Amino acid sequence: MAGKKILMTGNEAIGEAAVRAGCDFYAGYPITPQNELTAYMAKRMPEENRVFVQAESELAAISMVMGASASGRRTMTSSSSPGISLKQEGISYLAGAQLPCLIVNIMRGGPGLGNIVPAQSDYFQATKGGGHGDYHCIVLAPCSVQEAHNLVFSGFALSDKYRTPAIILGDGMLGQMMEPLLVHSKKKNLSTKPWALTGCKGRRPNIVKSFYMQEGELEEFNKLLQKKYARIKEKEQRFAGLHLDDSEIILVAYGSQARIARVVVEALRKKGKKAGLLRPITLWPFPTDAFEELLRKKRKKIRFFVTEMSYGQMLEDVSLAVNGRAAVDFYGRAGGGIPTEEEILRRILQ
Amino acid sequence: MKKVFSRPKPLRDVDTHYCPGCGHGIAHRLICEVIEELGIREKAIAVCPVGCAVVAYDYWDFDCCEAAHGRALAVATGIKRTQPDKFVFTYQGDGDLAAIGTAETIHAANRGENLSVAFINNAVYGMTGGQMAPTTLLGQKTTTTPQGRNPAGEGYPLKICELLATLPAVASLERVALDSPGSVIKTKRALKAAFINQLEGKGFSLVEILSPCPICWNKPPEEACQWVKEEMVKTFPLGKFK
Repeated sequence: MAGKKILMTGNEAIGEAAVRAGCDFYAGYPITPQNELTAYMAKRMPEENRVFVQAESELAAISMVMGASASGRRTMTSSSSPGISLKQEGISYLAGAQLPCLIVNIMRGGPGLGNIVPAQSDYFQATKGGGHGDYHCIVLAPCSVQEAHNLVFSGFALSDKYRTPAIILGDGMLGQMMEPLLVHSKKKNLSTKPWALTGCKGRRPNIVKSFYMQEGELEEFNKLLQKKYARIKEKEQRFAGLHLDDSEIILVAYGSQARIARVVVEALRKKGKKAGLLRPITLWPFPTDAFEELLRKKRKKIRFFVTEMSYGQMLEDVSLAVNGRAAVDFYGRAGGGIPTEEEILRRILQ
Repeated sequence: MKKVFSRPKPLRDVDTHYCPGCGHGIAHRLICEVIEELGIREKAIAVCPVGCAVVAYDYWDFDCCEAAHGRALAVATGIKRTQPDKFVFTYQGDGDLAAIGTAETIHAANRGENLSVAFINNAVYGMTGGQMAPTTLLGQKTTTTPQGRNPAGEGYPLKICELLATLPAVASLERVALDSPGSVIKTKRALKAAFINQLEGKGFSLVEILSPCPICWNKPPEEACQWVKEEMVKTFPLGKFK
């Protein structure tokens, strides 16, 4: 299929990427709007002699992923907001046991059961740990079907490299819309995992755990995790910029909302305004260096405008990155409302 | 002189943290004896529970994985499905397997996962200090049933073997006890049969082991064994259920 574009939904494009990236094990539980992904894996995984399990719950699915990951295999699970809340138990254990895996969250409206429309209301949960304990997952936010496909490869690679769970944070719009897709050719550059549980033949037994009861032991382990997170922050920040060189009003948006922000930028440009877009691709680590770079140039009239399909979650990270050195304005809607081009323009121009 | 009895190699030569008279030490040893006799230490992967046996990996000299409370059989499913040639078992207590992990237990059994389960039933939550377990006997006093377990509001002891016996994909279910030398030998036999089932690809096998917890039962070890033999077995009759 390489070289020829095909039409796929975001959910399917993620599934196909996982298969091509060498995902050996997938466990999931039905929830809208990510069901196409689970169904895709149910069909594709057995075709490749890989394992698909429909779990009895999200709690079980993430623990199955933990077992498969402890076995040294590339593993994935997917869900949507309420289901991801249930997976937080396992995600904390995965982070604590330093196990890699890819978790896909095709976000829907919340809180509670909410509804099944696209939303970006799980930003805090995804980027600030989500479960108990001091940990972070690497969070990647695609804004197109193609990028969703591509970031699956990055997600697996980063997760293996740092031995920590990675999250693809999409939304119902991205998951269900179809776009032309250039699929990656199959590749399997898997790292060796000497820590994996494969039976202790020819070596000392391996133990996969997150439990440290001796005095001071857990603090030492946490310091080790924090060093790893510092390394990730230093090396793995990613963002995409549009017209950043000369812009004075910089929109900040991620995922599907960044597509609307891009239209706003072009509309502002047509009006003669120096507008640009800063689109974080890694939500954790947050691309603070990009803000630093823009602020260091000390442009006189620089200001930021954040727009999200939430009531201001990424806004907090932008505010921290800017740290009072420029104005930061915001417009967001959630629960089914999507900030439109007109609404954003009106607020920027007022 | 011929040596006829020694520590099985899969059992590390270390002291355990278990209380005097606790059944976990015996169960750990029996598992290691069976693993040694079957020659499967190098392909064994255990899933350790949350509960008193949380650090079983400090005592077992083979690969071990942690699981969240109740999720051992889900973790074991992930391990066994990706490595069907390995020997994978879970070791779980009654709170783990029959309360917070009931869904994982029933569904792993119902899928017929080719796994072995050592289920320690001591009728209390031991590690947290003796609260009511799903298997606590009627009238049994625990820290959360100070007047004794009352079926009105606290329900009846959950009989896992009887419950799972209705599932077609389950290969074997047996309830044994650790109250006497004779019952210990029977327990080992049951574990061995369950482990062989997995090696032969027969599917889900569970051994429920009635095990003394003298500290949480507030009884001296000998009386605790007596209580297993005389009281526990009335609610949890021994034998093969499948």
